[in-house]
Amino acid sequence: MATPTTLAPATDGVYKTLEDDPLVRGNLSFHDVTEMVAVHTEKRTPAAWLFWFAVALGGLSILGLSIAYLVWNGVGVWGLNVPVGWAFDITNFVFWVGIGHAGTLISAILFLFRQRWRTSINRAAEAMTLFAVACALIFPTFHVGRVWVVYWMLPIPNQMNMWPQFKSPLLWDVFAVSIYGTVSLIFWYVGLIPDLGTLRDRAAQVGRTTRAKIMGFFSLGWTGSNRHWRHYERAYLILAALSTPLVLSVHSVVSFDFAVSIVPGWHTTIFPPYFVAGAIFSGFAMVMTLMIVARRVYGLENLITVDHLEKMNIVILVTGTIVGFAYITEFFIAWYSGVIYEQFAFRNRAFGPYAWAYWIMMTCNLISPQVFWVKRFRRSIRISFILSIVVNIGMWFERFVIIVTSLHRDYLPSSWDYFVPTIWDFGMLIGSFGLFFTLFLLFLRFIPMVAIAEVKGVLPQADPHFYDGHHGDGAGEGEGFSLHRPGPSGVPYRADEGDDKR
Amino acid sequence: MLNALRSEMAARADQHVGLLAEFSDPGALLHAVEALRKRGYSRLDTFSPFPIHGMDRAMGLGPSLLGYLVFGGGATGALLGFLLQWWTSHVDYPINISNKPLFAWEPSIPIIFELTVLFSALTAVGGMLALNGLPKPYNPLFFSDRFARATDDGFFLHVQGRDPHFDRDTTADDLFAEGALAVEYVDHEGAHPVGRNGGEGASTPEPAAPPHTTGKI
Repeated sequence: MATPTTLAPATDGVYKTLEDDPLVRGNLSFHDVTEMVAVHTEKRTPAAWLFWFAVALGGLSILGLSIAYLVWNGVGVWGLNVPVGWAFDITNFVFWVGIGHAGTLISAILFLFRQRWRTSINRAAEAMTLFAVACALIFPTFHVGRVWVVYWMLPIPNQMNMWPQFKSPLLWDVFAVSIYGTVSLIFWYVGLIPDLGTLRDRAAQVGRTTRAKIMGFFSLGWTGSNRHWRHYERAYLILAALSTPLVLSVHSVVSFDFAVSIVPGWHTTIFPPYFVAGAIFSGFAMVMTLMIVARRVYGLENLITVDHLEKMNIVILVTGTIVGFAYITEFFIAWYSGVIYEQFAFRNRAFGPYAWAYWIMMTCNLISPQVFWVKRFRRSIRISFILSIVVNIGMWFERFVIIVTSLHRDYLPSSWDYFVPTIWDFGMLIGSFGLFFTLFLLFLRFIPMVAIAEVKGVLPQADPHFYDGHHGDGAGEGEGFSLHRPGPSGVPYRADEGDDKR
Repeated sequence: MLNALRSEMAARADQHVGLLAEFSDPGALLHAVEALRKRGYSRLDTFSPFPIHGMDRAMGLGPSLLGYLVFGGGATGALLGFLLQWWTSHVDYPINISNKPLFAWEPSIPIIFELTVLFSALTAVGGMLALNGLPKPYNPLFFSDRFARATDDGFFLHVQGRDPHFDRDTTADDLFAEGALAVEYVDHEGAHPVGRNGGEGASTPEPAAPPHTTGKI
């Protein structure tokens, strides 16, 4: 076995990435990274933050008001009625769950694929996941109507002496989404522990005792011991490996809510992969929106570079095209199946009363991301920002189109209806954005928004072989022999010098 | 596995009393660990703001045992998911619908899967904390002011006082010989600077930081 001082040739993947473009720019030192990120949690609250926090709290109070009015009066205050029994609520639920998926994709799947550029954005993307799942859970919770007996969905003994129906995809959803939220939370927290240790030590150094105590409590006594890192890295790897099938299962289960039913337009086997692709598509767009603002406001252009944005735009282009392909496949299958109800459902979707929604969806999701074939547009921050918002509008409409257009034409024409949302439907939608941004602003204010320890780990000087031989270009050098690293008093010394003597 | 766990537990008591040496960069730290192990030291630990590639091998640490724990947790979750659905629909509240079987495994898969993931994930985090002995609010290393940089840009090597080779003065000399910038003796009373050749740390002028200590390329 080669000793670690022997530099593996280019076969060592970790080493090879040093030759690639740097993942962060500006020649940052380890301390620069700490400073750039940690200072935003330590400084006085900026006035602009307070302003936007007040705006977000306004949105949150709209949510509170909408929920209070809803619980007092019942779900009749929403615009849904037979045959459109699911409308804004489930649209919003699927929309928010989908947004969450990009965070897990970045934190788990890209980690498993050794995509080291993820380190700059994973913390914020995971936070986005948590907050999006929190927003999503509101809708099915209150859609049940009598929210005070919502625990009937859980396998807890209750006064009816009955159990939930374990064969129902709706119950699978309860398990899938709540477990997804839980696992995302602990994954995020595990990633935070070293950075909270950093904040603790910084606070202790400047004498902010209360802050150091709070951070000390949450950092669990983290010291950066290599014996700890060993288990920590394994735990992180296992959590990533668990989250990957979990995130794929969550949106698959969400799609089963539709696909397992017999409603034309819902009853299709393409739904699970199509929903997962759509989720990643919308989630990356949301990460893009948030990151473009955050990197500018917090001066993180060197950590979250245009290269990161370009890579995310490529994901948006690919998943958007997959989603668009799924839209077209659905039409083909409807025609090919020969089932008149299916054919009607899809003709009605594109040319019926909700055609406007359908074409918004097609334009935003299939057509607009195609501009990212051009490298100049992929690297343009302005176009990325506009597109990210367009994509999220499109993905919200996708869920609306799937849910409402499939339901509003029942098998029985006398039941046909046209769903119109009420002010309380909009109140819940706007309010959920209020909740999301309230939580996200709190995150930006109090928690390191970039994974400090992980970013340090991808800096070129984090590799111990960086110091062997000539800086950075180690190939063929560094056979445990270093003239470059000064000894205690600046005298060059050899690592294995002592071994010869003793 | 049990023996490994036992030795893990035993290694934990009083492990932080000893010499704490600061090094300039991850490369220096890695080489120092290798050199000290060649000199016969075994109870070493390093502290760094991020995991250093190759350090486990340099310290002679095998793979983490966490995977076995997580497997156990996941198996428990899967079994529980199965029992929950089987017992509720087959034993506790059987309902005969069109004479279909009371329990079928196909629709039980999603919940079995979800509970497997939940229990595995909780075991992964709980197991990681248990193996690391966290939370650990008191640690004598925190007496050292320098040590605050272990979570920023400091690289530290710790030699336990229980190491068979440990001797406060000669070990400090060994650390300096391997390129330590500063050495402190840390015990439950506090951190005491140690100088070269057994002298007081305070009298030793701090060596000038090498040009790349800052990490600038």
